[in-house]
Amino acid sequence: MKKVIMGNHSVSYGVRLARAEVIAAYPITPQTQIVEELSEMCSDGRLKAKFVKVESEHSAMACCIGAASAGARAFTATSSQGLALMHELLHWASAARLPIVMTNVNRALGPGWNIWTEQTDSLAQRDTGWIQLYCEDNQEVLDSTLMAFRVAEAVRLPVMIVYDAFFLSHTYEPVDIPAQEEADALLPPYKPARGTFMDVEDPRTFSNMTPPDYFMEMRFKIERAMRRAKGEFERAAAEWRRLTGRSYAAVETYRCDDAETVLVAVSTAASTARVMVDSLREKGRKVGLLKMRMFRPFPCREVVDVLRKARKVAVLDRNISFGSGGIFAAEIKAALSNVPGHPPVYGYIAGLGGRDITPATIEEIFDRTEDEDAPEDPVTWIGLKL
Amino acid sequence: MSRNTVVPMGSGHRVEDELFLPGHLGCQGCGGALAMRMVLQAMGPKTMLVIPACCWSIIQGPFPYTGLKVPILNVPFETAGAAAAGLRAALDAKGRTDIQVLAWAGDGGTYDIGLQSLSGAVERNDNILYVCYDNEAYMNTGVQRSGATPEGSWTTTTPVRTPKDRPKKNMIEILAAHRIPYAATATIAFPDDLAAKVHRAKEIRGARFLLILAPCPTGWRTDSKHMIAASRMAVDCNIFPLYEVFEGDRYHITVEPKGTPVREYFKMQGRFRHLGDKEIEQVQRRVDFEWRRLLHKAMQEPFSM
Repeated sequence: MKKVIMGNHSVSYGVRLARAEVIAAYPITPQTQIVEELSEMCSDGRLKAKFVKVESEHSAMACCIGAASAGARAFTATSSQGLALMHELLHWASAARLPIVMTNVNRALGPGWNIWTEQTDSLAQRDTGWIQLYCEDNQEVLDSTLMAFRVAEAVRLPVMIVYDAFFLSHTYEPVDIPAQEEADALLPPYKPARGTFMDVEDPRTFSNMTPPDYFMEMRFKIERAMRRAKGEFERAAAEWRRLTGRSYAAVETYRCDDAETVLVAVSTAASTARVMVDSLREKGRKVGLLKMRMFRPFPCREVVDVLRKARKVAVLDRNISFGSGGIFAAEIKAALSNVPGHPPVYGYIAGLGGRDITPATIEEIFDRTEDEDAPEDPVTWIGLKL
Repeated sequence: MSRNTVVPMGSGHRVEDELFLPGHLGCQGCGGALAMRMVLQAMGPKTMLVIPACCWSIIQGPFPYTGLKVPILNVPFETAGAAAAGLRAALDAKGRTDIQVLAWAGDGGTYDIGLQSLSGAVERNDNILYVCYDNEAYMNTGVQRSGATPEGSWTTTTPVRTPKDRPKKNMIEILAAHRIPYAATATIAFPDDLAAKVHRAKEIRGARFLLILAPCPTGWRTDSKHMIAASRMAVDCNIFPLYEVFEGDRYHITVEPKGTPVREYFKMQGRFRHLGDKEIEQVQRRVDFEWRRLLHKAMQEPFSM
């Protein structure tokens, strides 16, 4: 059934179709409509979940940790300051191997107060052991929410679904709401293995003091599970394609085959970039787009396979790691570093704090990448008004 | 109000029913270890524990061992209330309403860093029993002052030249202000009273809170053999009255104290050794005031000061 809904409500529908059992959440702009709609769904019986209206995002994640530890399918949503407040618990959730799913609507961190989009909030959590998937449109948001639960439960790691504030969260688009049977076919009821959850008939202790003799192996297993997550995502995507005809991959290429300059972009900026690639192609310029959906685990092989063939790589980062540069650019440079004769990587910062990334922004990035012999050190800012 | 409360605590209790396994890692004379044993006896095996960072993170034993015969979920320092609420929600979602969720936190995790998450759980009236075993300082990190440290006490962050200059935070009053269905104090020297309160709490739905004074020989600078005596003396000198509060406003004092001077209690403990007569008098005045206020709340006498 097609409905015209906002990005945030796409999440709510996804969580309902996933039959989440426990939801714990705290309001924060621009995420709030997700949990408002879920409150309605729980209130009128469309979703049979226990909704715990916690007093902070920190408690939202703690509550999800408690719920998932008893083998319940748990969900929360947040943004920016709320995600930063959760930081300690993000590490806890992954190291406790809990398949929690969370939506993070990308919003800049203050000060000054800013409710508009920027990816620094989620990217700053890259080392917490969460799988991260970035979405470009409302259909993808809904579908990714369902797939997230499946991947999380398969590898026993938490998943973060990420998308842009306002450009997606508050934008209405037609979305195909899958039938419950389709969702159930992708995502059967969560049945955790014996010994992995709290059970009075099989009493065990979880997350107690772990001496050096055991700790490192536990971390190794998290890393191994994270590596396995890409394959699980591909399996979930293949199943979803069979059920709905819609297909998703860890990375997506657009007109990259003979491209000399490939731009890497994420989230809604990828839509704008796709339009600009078409426009420049019409003028005979050999440009292409690599859209990254998956950030953790980092799809190194897929990224390298595409980018090694390019003459130049441009990376658009709507985020900044101060003193280093764009975070996607840094990861891509690392991925390419062991490839002999790899193309130079031009890093660009644009669109921070919700500033528009327009076709002109993308065009300037392509122009500068093609015109300049070597990348500016350390990073090029686009659209600065100093 | 009586000296001895008669309860069915010991009836039929067998060693094989013991939920506390031998070989715990607490210090000799640990009040927190004894408190757990007493509470679990009353709770029974259909209990799930949520333990934030506290002495019990150590006492329960390291991976791959366990110290108890009930499931334990360890959670970060400030999250006992919220994690217990989530566990409760999951059990309710699965129809396991027969299982009790027991949050078990120290005074640091309750009075200080965990107060917000506890307040949230109690305000929502989540169906959990929250026990604070209160040893009156951050004992696990080596005796630093907490919001539960009593006035005049030495700790490593309140050296004897500048001891704690503020009274202990009144947790029961904070929870009573939430209109919590049940809040009570207890201590290890009065096991029947403690067990009766756990049984009472078990019968009530919604948020329940038990504050157990758990003497700490290490931090109180006292010989471990005096721990029960110190626990009893804290009650007898009105420093730690034993009472319960229903719905945040019906007060019931459960043990009649002897009214021993505070000085006698202080004499037992190295953490108060530096106090002179003037300081002890000041504490005595505050203790007397608080006791009379409690009597008034329990409708035992009119309020006048």
